[in-house]
Amino acid sequence: MTKTVDNRAWFLVLPVFALVAFNAILPLMTVVNYSFQDSFGNNQFFWNGIGWYQELLDPTSELGGRFFAALGRSAAFSLAILAIEVPLGILVALCMPRSGTQLAIGLVIMALPLLVPWNVVGTIWLLYTRSDIGLFGWLINAVGIDFNATRNAAQAWIVLIAMDVWHWTSLVALLCFAGLKSIPDAYYQAARIDGASRLAIFRYIELPKLGRVLMIGVLLRFMDSFMIYTEPFVVTGGGPGNSTTVLSIDLVKIALGQFDLGKAAAMSIVYTLIVLTVCWVFYTVLVTRDSQEAQP
Amino acid sequence: MARIELVDLAHAYWTHARPAEYALKPMTTTWRQGGAYALLGPSGCGKTTLLNIISGLVTPSQGQVLFDGVDVTNLPTERRNIAQVFQFPVVYDTMTVFENLAFPLRNRGLDSRAVDARVREIAGLLDLTPDLNRRARGLGADAKQKISLGRGLVRPDVAAVLFDEPLTVIDPALKWELRSKLKALHRALDVTMIYVTHDQTEALTFADTVVLMHDGGIVQAGRPDELYDRPRHTFVGHFIGSPGMNVLPAAVDGLVARVGDARISLARPYAPPKAGSKVEIGIRPDHLRLAASGGHAAKLERIEDLGRVRYARLLFEGHRLSALVPEGEPPPTGPEVRLAFDAARIHVYADNLLVGEP
Repeated sequence: MTKTVDNRAWFLVLPVFALVAFNAILPLMTVVNYSFQDSFGNNQFFWNGIGWYQELLDPTSELGGRFFAALGRSAAFSLAILAIEVPLGILVALCMPRSGTQLAIGLVIMALPLLVPWNVVGTIWLLYTRSDIGLFGWLINAVGIDFNATRNAAQAWIVLIAMDVWHWTSLVALLCFAGLKSIPDAYYQAARIDGASRLAIFRYIELPKLGRVLMIGVLLRFMDSFMIYTEPFVVTGGGPGNSTTVLSIDLVKIALGQFDLGKAAAMSIVYTLIVLTVCWVFYTVLVTRDSQEAQP
Repeated sequence: MARIELVDLAHAYWTHARPAEYALKPMTTTWRQGGAYALLGPSGCGKTTLLNIISGLVTPSQGQVLFDGVDVTNLPTERRNIAQVFQFPVVYDTMTVFENLAFPLRNRGLDSRAVDARVREIAGLLDLTPDLNRRARGLGADAKQKISLGRGLVRPDVAAVLFDEPLTVIDPALKWELRSKLKALHRALDVTMIYVTHDQTEALTFADTVVLMHDGGIVQAGRPDELYDRPRHTFVGHFIGSPGMNVLPAAVDGLVARVGDARISLARPYAPPKAGSKVEIGIRPDHLRLAASGGHAAKLERIEDLGRVRYARLLFEGHRLSALVPEGEPPPTGPEVRLAFDAARIHVYADNLLVGEP
């Protein structure tokens, strides 16, 4: 077959190009533009070069110190929820009924938290943990433990983590359940014949076969938790003090609270780059793993 | 090492099944220690069910399974000392080949020196020694299937090795090699092997006893040549051989079988079968001759060239037949041909069962 070369074909890409330009490239370029400038009132902008980036990445400066503190909190939050949600999700998936009505009921119950809007989740937990009227907050105070998430930083963290675990463990569990279902019966039968213990079955059959879905689960949960905004905004507002001010909350504080568009833009760019880098690393690991497996 | 006896064994996958719905019809049979058996039959004939009952993955609805006279019907798989190789290779991906082979021994608490010696011995038999330290994940399907087999053979006390269509995912070129490997292992280890397959070539080359199953029951068990030469059931005739046996409705009386208007002479006299039974004669394509003259008139439809052999497809008294075209002979041309029956090789069936068999 002969190929006809006609460069006018490029015009066919134009609609997509226009669409992407309007919803991604142009807004992003605005942010890039702001990140090199300092803004004052009255719509006055002054060129600042890479000044904001230098300040942002220097932990000794005011902005840099604030950025790294928030980054640390975000990373700590992501690690904490991953450390709980992944093992818990696997455990739940292992305990799920394998078939029948019980399975259907289980799946519906598991899916429910995933359907609740972020805002509502925040409100539920805000009310639930309030020490004066919340069921949990009131009860635990009644038992004699002093609990007030709006005053105690550690308790604020516990509430945030518990809330995320409640909201998202189902996702990991459902992914793992699908992964477990895809293991052929022959593996379990072979393991029984080989006299493997339950623990060995998990270690040598289930866990290796779950590798792929777990990678996807960890990636999704990392991204989501690293970019979390609504729930901490509703439940703690970043407080008490700055103790739960994660990156996204700090970003909004700088951008909208202080109206420091330059700083906020530089921070946005760095924030985006971090997320992109982590995604790329996960993607690369997944792909190389797959290609290794595909080798004969 | 064990003799396997099945006593009045039957299985249905749901309770209150009617006899016709049994996946396995009641059967009693004995498989001797050290035998190589093939369970042969089309898909859905119950052969995998039977295999899973022997391995203990399925508990039969009735009857008993005895290993060397000991009732193991209710024993779980792990306490039966059997090994099973599945349709597709089951290996532990994250382990090396050595660890895979050692796994069943380590689970049974053998000390590491004994494990090491035994694994190396079995790996040697299976030609896996060069791969012992490689990850099982990266190996080809045939090597993986050898590992699954090795995990079964590695246990010195294994009573029987069960194969569930183990060559399904293997390259045709390697199938032959693995099959001969299996035969060699069988001779070397003197272990009872039961091999489930729907491929007659696999069954006939592997087994010294072929157990042909049909519709949940055993229709015939015997040496491959017995199944070929004296099919006890028309199904056996159809299933074994390619093309299968020609089966023609006939009226049999004394030394003559009548098919349509043709009168075919038989080698020995048959009493007229009782009224109402369906009478047929069967003859293998290899025992039909296309003759220059004499014999019976038939119409040639086409010649099928299988490379090594050629078969003529014929129309005889309104029934389709296959006949072997002998090597070196030019294929017949005209539509009108003469057909000769080898009288000694004609079997008579009444209601699908061979007449004159004890």
